[in-house]
Amino acid sequence: MPKEISRRSFLKGSLVAACATCASQVPLPASAKSKSGQELATLIDIRKCVGCEACVEACREVNDFKYPEPEKPFPKMVPNRVKVADWSDEEGREVRDRLTPYNWLTIQWATVEVDGEETELSFPRRCMHCQNPPCADLCPWGAARKLENGITVIHSDICLGGKKCQVVCPWDIPQRQTGVGLYLDILPSLAGNGVMYKCDRCYNRIEDGELPACIEQCPEDVQIIGPREDIVREAHRLVKEEGVYIYGETENGGTNTLYVSPVPYETLNEAMGKGPGQPHFDKVEDQMAHADNLAKAMLIAPLAGLAAAVGRIYKASKTLGDNTGEAS
Amino acid sequence: MIRKKTSRALPELTYFKPVYFFLLFAMGLTGFAQMPIFKRYYIADIPGLGWLADFYATHYLHYIGAIVLFGFFVYVAVVYWGLMRRRFQLTGAAYTRIAILILIAITGIFRVLKNLPDVVFSPLFTMTIDISHLVFMMFLMVFGILFMILKKGWLVRK
Repeated sequence: MPKEISRRSFLKGSLVAACATCASQVPLPASAKSKSGQELATLIDIRKCVGCEACVEACREVNDFKYPEPEKPFPKMVPNRVKVADWSDEEGREVRDRLTPYNWLTIQWATVEVDGEETELSFPRRCMHCQNPPCADLCPWGAARKLENGITVIHSDICLGGKKCQVVCPWDIPQRQTGVGLYLDILPSLAGNGVMYKCDRCYNRIEDGELPACIEQCPEDVQIIGPREDIVREAHRLVKEEGVYIYGETENGGTNTLYVSPVPYETLNEAMGKGPGQPHFDKVEDQMAHADNLAKAMLIAPLAGLAAAVGRIYKASKTLGDNTGEAS
Repeated sequence: MIRKKTSRALPELTYFKPVYFFLLFAMGLTGFAQMPIFKRYYIADIPGLGWLADFYATHYLHYIGAIVLFGFFVYVAVVYWGLMRRRFQLTGAAYTRIAILILIAITGIFRVLKNLPDVVFSPLFTMTIDISHLVFMMFLMVFGILFMILKKGWLVRK
């Protein structure tokens, strides 16, 4: 039986872990470890979600202090093909039906047939917190990084807003706000274009032994959080006992956000709205698999070079020996 | 000046340099392509260069280049040690280049490790290796141009 992950046990475990680990971390943000040292994952049970948006409001409230306050007017972009991304006006900040720099969690809807009955499903969407996140792997500045507890965060003081993280993210999660961040102090017209924002799974609250706001405020207990092994085990139990479908266990090599759905994800994917700021439920291959495979080849390369060089030297010495023999 | 006779005996003296330049150019190009600049500055719009805006493609090529480069470096080092060191010695410029190349390789190795699943470095260390890898490459370019202007090669006869 998987260990029950109650709020109390989670808080107790993560508080102990946070205290033990915070001293060893470098500035910003000190990562919290799960009790067992494993990555923390969340399980979102789509069947429980009623689409009340309590999670969205909770997210906005507790993360409000992290939201961008851009300086205007924005620097003139050179070349002018670089478009500003501005969500900072009153209307933009109020958008809730997609991901934005001011809305890191959104509710998506799909009308599908469940057990022969037409049913409207709703489900919270945000960063999947991949186990091997391409955004963090491929960020050229180290602004996007994965913490030991499985959370991927984007450091808003370092990010230049180049949007590479969004391009390489299989779900296009990070969202840009122009007119804020480090690029303003470097080459504001020529390089960068703001800061990328996305769910950081309330790393600061986890560090303090609290639950992410979306989990804490959900009236339906749609999400649970715990060591990934336990979360995967619980998802498998639901598959076996209740016939649900899992998303996130293997997508992009495995994520720290798992969903369980009463219908296959192909069905859900077809029925839901998708587009900018509205992630899909497609199958996703491991985007970093090529890097993992080639990394192994890198170990062999020096040996191949060594073997070739030894062969070359042997051949040269043999030629020299033959020539010497002929001469004598 | 290295005489033609020596070049015939040691063909490496002829082809090491173009291979080295080609590999470094390829690594520099695919490395800089890791920054979102080629699309922004229309370079990826040039027919045939669209792939420069594909971060995964350039990342893949950068890894392939690193594999070839590691093999090449070891080959060059061993061949120099086995066949050339009695007749040639490395110049100060060569030692400078080698030191920078080693730093690039080390930071590159850490970047590769960082990209493996289950490997998590601290945020500060991650940022340090990310930025230093780029800075060392820029050092190599600056020193490379400087040594070219000053006509400082890699080898001199003993």
